[in-house]
Amino acid sequence: MSPSSKDRLLVWVLRACAGLSGAIVLLIAVFLVLESLPALRNVGFARFFSDPSWHPARYAADGAYNLAPMLAGTLLAMAGAVALATPLGFCAALFCHFYAPPGLARACRRLIELLAGIPSVVYGFWGLVTLVPLLNKVQPPGASLLAGILILALMILPTIALMADGALANVPAEYLRGAAALGLSRSATIVGVVFPAAKSGLFTGVILETGRAAGETMALLMVCGNVVQVPKSLFDPMRTLTANIALEMGYALGDHRSALFVSGLVLLALIVALAAAAEWLSKGRVYE
Amino acid sequence: MSRGRAADRLLALAVWVSVLAVAAVFFWILGSLLWSGMGRVTWAFLTTAPRDAGRAGGIGPILVSTLLILGVCMAVSLPLGLGAAVLLSEFAEAGSLFGRAVRRSLDVLAGVPSIVFGLFGTALFCQALGLGYSIFAGGLTLACMVLPILIRATEEGFRSAPSEYRRAAAALGMSRASALWHVLLPAAAPGLLVGLVLGMGRALAETAALLFTSGYVDRMPESLLDSARALSIHIYDLSMNVTGGDPNACATAVVLVALLLAVNGLAAWMTGRWLSRRVLPA
Repeated sequence: MSPSSKDRLLVWVLRACAGLSGAIVLLIAVFLVLESLPALRNVGFARFFSDPSWHPARYAADGAYNLAPMLAGTLLAMAGAVALATPLGFCAALFCHFYAPPGLARACRRLIELLAGIPSVVYGFWGLVTLVPLLNKVQPPGASLLAGILILALMILPTIALMADGALANVPAEYLRGAAALGLSRSATIVGVVFPAAKSGLFTGVILETGRAAGETMALLMVCGNVVQVPKSLFDPMRTLTANIALEMGYALGDHRSALFVSGLVLLALIVALAAAAEWLSKGRVYE
Repeated sequence: MSRGRAADRLLALAVWVSVLAVAAVFFWILGSLLWSGMGRVTWAFLTTAPRDAGRAGGIGPILVSTLLILGVCMAVSLPLGLGAAVLLSEFAEAGSLFGRAVRRSLDVLAGVPSIVFGLFGTALFCQALGLGYSIFAGGLTLACMVLPILIRATEEGFRSAPSEYRRAAAALGMSRASALWHVLLPAAAPGLLVGLVLGMGRALAETAALLFTSGYVDRMPESLLDSARALSIHIYDLSMNVTGGDPNACATAVVLVALLLAVNGLAAWMTGRWLSRRVLPA
């Protein structure tokens, strides 16, 4: 084999690898759509929001397929966790950059990296054995939207902090020196100079973590109580879309199974929309 | 002026209080896990089979299953990821449509929720390919999941190889294939290793994607087509479905977190060493 034909073979092998890796997303979309089709055909899209309840059955005519309470559960837990974790994560990043002495800042970053690596099932386990009993003392049953929000916030906090840390590190040093030369106080520098300059990086991080919060399964499955209902208060149990898939996939058949793939498809659409938003935001950088 | 100083104090107070509160909560989590789980982690716990649905006994077969799933995942994702990374960093012309499309789709893949990977794995590997609930199906699902991480780190490794290497290899009349094999691959190896370790960490931590691809069976697997239970699934099952399973779930969580800390620590150490080497003249 001459060297050039060997090269050509190599390039084709590499192209096949890259093509296959790139095609996985398409494969996922295709398989989700294919498996959702029976439910979309037999149940119809409208019934996923208008049916009286979620009592799925093997044949569409026998069941009720309202996904709305679980979609609400996913969105509520996501919104609560992001609202709680964002300011705390930003504070942790500010701490590492502007407040902590260098040694402490390094230790703090290490700790955050360590926490970002703890698996969700471990956070869920801690929530189940420690947090839920505590909340149960305040207001039974304990397993609730609030427990879900707290655990989810803890889970996404380290990554928000790491991304905010990266965004703050990208603020040009001249800006900080300029602010110091103008005699700005530290809080005025942070609010008036650092945040605007790091805006797009901070937003991108938050949006990516919003996606992770929407897709989180195990922790929410373990602490939310899994009752299918729109929670009326923070202390009501509820079920998310992801938990619903994890709970019912094992025994679901026919249109029920297919309906679970529909909820997967809804999740995927939500994530793709968030990723597009993050992409669009990170293009509008204020500095550079 | 005094208003500025008051705002300064307020912000400093908010930052310190929130950081201390968050750190306290995390130490509470790690501390309570260690406190109630550490005492049970013995050699016998690591090597014996679970008894009484996991309430008693150890996690021997579960450790073996976890390693097998991880092995399948890495054996599949490593060559595929390496090939894709080489193409993206060495052979795709900057801004080529194919390269951009692959990158974009890998970015989306990195954000896909793990439960959706689980749905996909069960539809493709378990059913369409007829693997059933098996180590194979679980490993392949995880391979799809870790590809973006693996490819990004490996690409970084190739990008850090100085372009003189490529020109010198071309000047010596080496074919691109042998330049890749003998010159660039050794130079990019640290990036590949970091990607491998990060991918392993992600795969070890995963639960939701394995629930209905590798399954729940807690016996010692006899072949790669057997259903098997990973560590993370064991924690989930013991704490949710087995009353009185909490103590062993906690001990398993300690083992899992220790494994992950080791893996992530290894990745951080390797990246640090690699970066410090790169500072030298390239």
